[in-house]
Amino acid sequence: MLQYILKRILLVIPVVLFISFIVFYIIQLPPGDYVSNYSAKMSAAGDVMTPVEMDEMRANLGLDRPIYEQYFVWMKKIVTKGDFGFSFNYNKPVTAVIKQYMGLTLVVSLVTMVFHYVVAIPIGIYTAVKQYTAGDYFFSGLSFIGMATPNFLLAIILMYLSYTWFGDPLLGLFSSEYVNAPWSMDKVLDLMKHMVIPVIVIGLASTADLIRIMRGQMLDELNKPNVVTARAKGLSEFKILFKYPTRAALNPIVSTFGWSLSSIFTGATITAIVLNLPLQGPVMYNALLGQDMYLAGSWLLFMALLTVLGTLISDILLAWLDPKIRTEFRGN
Amino acid sequence: MRTMPVFRRQKTEALQPVKTKDANYSSQWRLIYLRFKKHKLARISLFILAFLYLIALLAQFIAPYGLQSYDSKYVNAPPMGFHFVDAAGKFHIKPFVYELQSTRDPETMRKIFVSNTEKRYSLQFFVKGEPYKFLGFIPTSTHLLGVEQPGRIFLLGTDGMGRDLFSRIILGSQISLSIPLVGVAISFVLGLIIGGISGYFGGWLDSIIQRIIEIIRSFPTLPLWMALSAAIPPRIPVVTMYLYIVIIFAFIGWTDLARVVRGKFIALKNEDYVIAAKIAGVGNTKIIVKHLLPGFISYLVVATTLAIPAMILGETAMSFLGLGIRSPATSWGVLLQEAQKIENVALYPWKLIPLGIVILTVLTYNFLGDGLRDAADPYKK
Repeated sequence: MLQYILKRILLVIPVVLFISFIVFYIIQLPPGDYVSNYSAKMSAAGDVMTPVEMDEMRANLGLDRPIYEQYFVWMKKIVTKGDFGFSFNYNKPVTAVIKQYMGLTLVVSLVTMVFHYVVAIPIGIYTAVKQYTAGDYFFSGLSFIGMATPNFLLAIILMYLSYTWFGDPLLGLFSSEYVNAPWSMDKVLDLMKHMVIPVIVIGLASTADLIRIMRGQMLDELNKPNVVTARAKGLSEFKILFKYPTRAALNPIVSTFGWSLSSIFTGATITAIVLNLPLQGPVMYNALLGQDMYLAGSWLLFMALLTVLGTLISDILLAWLDPKIRTEFRGN
Repeated sequence: MRTMPVFRRQKTEALQPVKTKDANYSSQWRLIYLRFKKHKLARISLFILAFLYLIALLAQFIAPYGLQSYDSKYVNAPPMGFHFVDAAGKFHIKPFVYELQSTRDPETMRKIFVSNTEKRYSLQFFVKGEPYKFLGFIPTSTHLLGVEQPGRIFLLGTDGMGRDLFSRIILGSQISLSIPLVGVAISFVLGLIIGGISGYFGGWLDSIIQRIIEIIRSFPTLPLWMALSAAIPPRIPVVTMYLYIVIIFAFIGWTDLARVVRGKFIALKNEDYVIAAKIAGVGNTKIIVKHLLPGFISYLVVATTLAIPAMILGETAMSFLGLGIRSPATSWGVLLQEAQKIENVALYPWKLIPLGIVILTVLTYNFLGDGLRDAADPYKK
């Protein structure tokens, strides 16, 4: 087991290196660079930059060097100093910008994660046990629609409903009086109130998906001989349900935990833009559009890392649950 | 090797498929069809999709107005229904619409529209309108629907620039419905070839391809879409923009299919009949085309169908954020941009109609995929 985990972790390193290179290539793909963007903005404000000034600015920021050199400088700083570069837009180191948004992003993602398990697993069990009843049709229909709705638009509809019903569209994550206030009980309550819509919106698609998976797994397990035996022994239906099929059906879901985490993390991007949440989504979007390359690159790298990490966790969990995978890997 | 003619005739007679409806004698595709027919939702979905694609094909003919047409007099006009009975209770055999008049709400002073029941314009079919090319090459100016001049018909209302939403939804469907198809077709071919090479030949080639797939899959889809879309230069021709977007979607989508193909190739290549063919000296190409492909092509069709909804949602999301299709072209995501502002949704709820169409399309594709998945393995209980 330990050998498998070590091997699996070692395999991640070249993948991450390669990803970092692709990330760097992608973020400098858009036409123009930060300087040309900046000068366009300045000239719109009436301050025209001369080409000489622009070249000077490029030299200052290190943007005049060839791309592979920029990449190596960037990578060297990350590895040796943990320095992800400088965000031109925020005029701060990238790490500072990320830190600023990290906390809330994590909170929202984790709450969504909990929400999606707590809601989906019981519903999945219920729809499987009561297959082809009105309740099953209702929840199955709901989960199909949940999968088909672009969640950013659901955000708008929910905002509108909360506006008409409660008189507050619940934009952002805090009411205006709490944005800059120090943390207090009231601020936490306010945050929780504002998190209802984002959590539903971000979690809906994955919840709907999980309901379908859980239902399918349960249906497979419900007719297995061990369940029949348990019933023949005279165990109560309730006990049968939780002792055998539910436990078996949960295995594949536990093993995809890592993927769910990263998909929720990135799924929040567009929702956060629409709902104007102080999360990573809008920051990344603006960085991409504004050619703030180190910020955009670090975010992209970070997201990719999270996905790699999620896959790693899933693989380890899978191996832990299923000895076949371990031995197959050793055989290679 | 030559066999005796008589013997050959006897042999082929014995091998003639018996023409019967018994499932035991049907071909694989017929069995799939029979199973698919039983899935009611999937069948209904197939009809709805066929209908949507037909409309998209004939979009310029069905839409009363063109993409560029706008009327600043009718900004944010509500959907208008057509009537048979007028205000005086008189029945008209030809349906008609009332003239829209803009006034101000006495309380909020906001511009609103009321129907002027004095003025009627009857609905007409095959009217002359803006010139366009039917099916892309026959120049004509006949439109399916229209009203008498100078009347206007806005079945689903207008947007913030006074453009007819009904026309724009139909014209937008050409892009929204074709991007996932073209994207999926490209990823289908890529996935089939690359996954096939990886699975059939194995060895170091397989390892390299698997690593590449792993790397591409490590990228979170949405941020990667965003990053690549941001790289599309502004002010490029519509066709180029369309191609860029399709390529971006296909580039990310093929890895899933390649994995399915690889898995199936590995599972099938060690079957006895494939080994027998190899020993008999059959070439690689023929083994793949004759013996391996028919074994899993149905799974591949299913995987492809199930990949389409994600592409529709992806295109909608990207266009919605202004990173996908841009004006002068339009797609459902572009139409939904106006719904980004909560005031717009509150005051002009008909701007959410494109959302309904997106949901309908994705749902029907999901059901179709479900039905195909159930049908793909006709030998399953």
